[in-house]
Amino acid sequence: MTTVTDAPPLAPTPAPKERPPRRRGRLTPYWLLLPGLLWLVVFFALPMVYQASTSVQTGSLEEGYQVTWHFATYWDAVADYWPQFLRSIAYAGTATVLCLLLGYPLAYLIAFRAGRWRNLILILVVAPFFTSFLIRTLAWKTILADSGPVVGALNTLHVLDVTSWLGITAGDRVLATPLAVICGLTYNFLPFMILPLYTSLERIDGRLHEAAGDLYARPFTTFRKVTFPLSMPGVVSGTLLTFIPASGDYVNADLLGSTDTRMVGNVIQTQFLRILDYPTAAALSFILMAGILAIVTLYIRKSGTEDLV
Amino acid sequence: MALLRWFKSRLVVIAGLLTLGYLLLPNIVVTVFSFNNPKGRFNYEWQQFSTDAWTDPCGVADLCGSLSLSLQIAAWATLGATALGTMIAFALVRYRFRARGAVNSLIFLPMAMPEVVMAASLLTLFLNLGAQLGFWTILIAHIMFCLSFVVTAVKARVMSMDPRLEQAAQDLYAGPVQTFLRVTLPIAAPGIAAGALLAFALSFDDFIITNFNAGSTVTFPMFVWGSAQRGTPVQINVIGTAMFLLAVLFVLAGIVMGNRRNRQKA
Repeated sequence: MTTVTDAPPLAPTPAPKERPPRRRGRLTPYWLLLPGLLWLVVFFALPMVYQASTSVQTGSLEEGYQVTWHFATYWDAVADYWPQFLRSIAYAGTATVLCLLLGYPLAYLIAFRAGRWRNLILILVVAPFFTSFLIRTLAWKTILADSGPVVGALNTLHVLDVTSWLGITAGDRVLATPLAVICGLTYNFLPFMILPLYTSLERIDGRLHEAAGDLYARPFTTFRKVTFPLSMPGVVSGTLLTFIPASGDYVNADLLGSTDTRMVGNVIQTQFLRILDYPTAAALSFILMAGILAIVTLYIRKSGTEDLV
Repeated sequence: MALLRWFKSRLVVIAGLLTLGYLLLPNIVVTVFSFNNPKGRFNYEWQQFSTDAWTDPCGVADLCGSLSLSLQIAAWATLGATALGTMIAFALVRYRFRARGAVNSLIFLPMAMPEVVMAASLLTLFLNLGAQLGFWTILIAHIMFCLSFVVTAVKARVMSMDPRLEQAAQDLYAGPVQTFLRVTLPIAAPGIAAGALLAFALSFDDFIITNFNAGSTVTFPMFVWGSAQRGTPVQINVIGTAMFLLAVLFVLAGIVMGNRRNRQKA
């Protein structure tokens, strides 16, 4: 996983150290690229075109669909499902912030304090990937069960009163509330935050910390002025790797939430697989994609790390 | 005061370990509940210790069938994505050619797209083509989304390779094929292995894209999804636990072997 964030996909690849060993045919790179790129064009890019065309079709399943440039589908989709869109952004955003807050200390621990435990902790972060994430998400149903110890403790500490007042839990329950969905999203995407953070923290020269200390910086100042700015590439790619999949996810909202916590992914899934209203489903999925691309572009501009993603 | 100071100096470690606990808590619950003997259809409440599920992991209809289907798909998807991805990675690192920027973006986009968008658009393609949904459409989809991850993993490794080693091989009269098989491939192998392992894990665990493009075929994640509605058998926890343990053992063995090799070199 770490290697995923190693290479900056958007940045120009650094030139190889030397010219290739022997000049083979000039067409060699194209032959190497051909099969893989063909696959991506046919099964990734072309489907997007089909989706765009489906979204402006009208008709019915029985009579077949025709492209009629019916853009009203988009307005109807937004008018009908804007709460789900907002919820997706709110839940995914909250989960991303929580991932950053929870993941940073662990990434820091692995990079600087773990010593000989480093590999073991890294394994423990990655290994859950191999247990189906659905099984692990279902385990949260047991953990957050109404009669379980977590809900009991939160109740005794009157935390649930506060969260209910905030509107993210309802009464004595955690399951089937926004809190459970956010908890599941945070949990599921946490490794995607920790690994990029760890890779960028690990690259920091430890002597910079010593230098800061020699200049009488207190530990927190060192962190604020040296460590955190240098870990920005990890923060940016970690937040993107968390926010993007979280905003399209429908598994957590379905397994841990209720009908009041449906996200846009749930709507797309229902429209596509149950209601079979393909134009609306395609339009929703297109809006989600455009929205995320817009947010990501804006974010990358703002954080000034265009070549670091 | 001393206690407070101790706590303050270890704040990062304590916070980090708490996060680790949060990450591992579901795995612990899955393991514990694999020894449960549940009342009724759902395995959410602890009843009684039992090893029944461990001695009879295939005791539930369709579970092991879906598991073996998922393993097959993951194996083929790994093979396909690793072969195609490795070729792309070599082309991107070793050659200068036009449209490199465009190729890089095309590789990057699938990783920056919510799964549900890819899943839905692929389904519109298959519907328009009138393709029969099933094994082949799942395999096509899995190779598609694993490809980018393989490319990034292999690229990282190939970029750090010294081209002079290959020149040396050719100076010693190795032909292009020999150079590739005896020098290039062994050096790139760790990157290719990392990419392949990642592809296998991603493919085996994928639910969203598979759910859209599987038709009536049921993979293991889809079996788990269905069981969340119908009733979860304990066997699911057994398989989850076994997979976690296997992964930890596998990676530990890799590290031990790597250490030994390094020591031999030194």
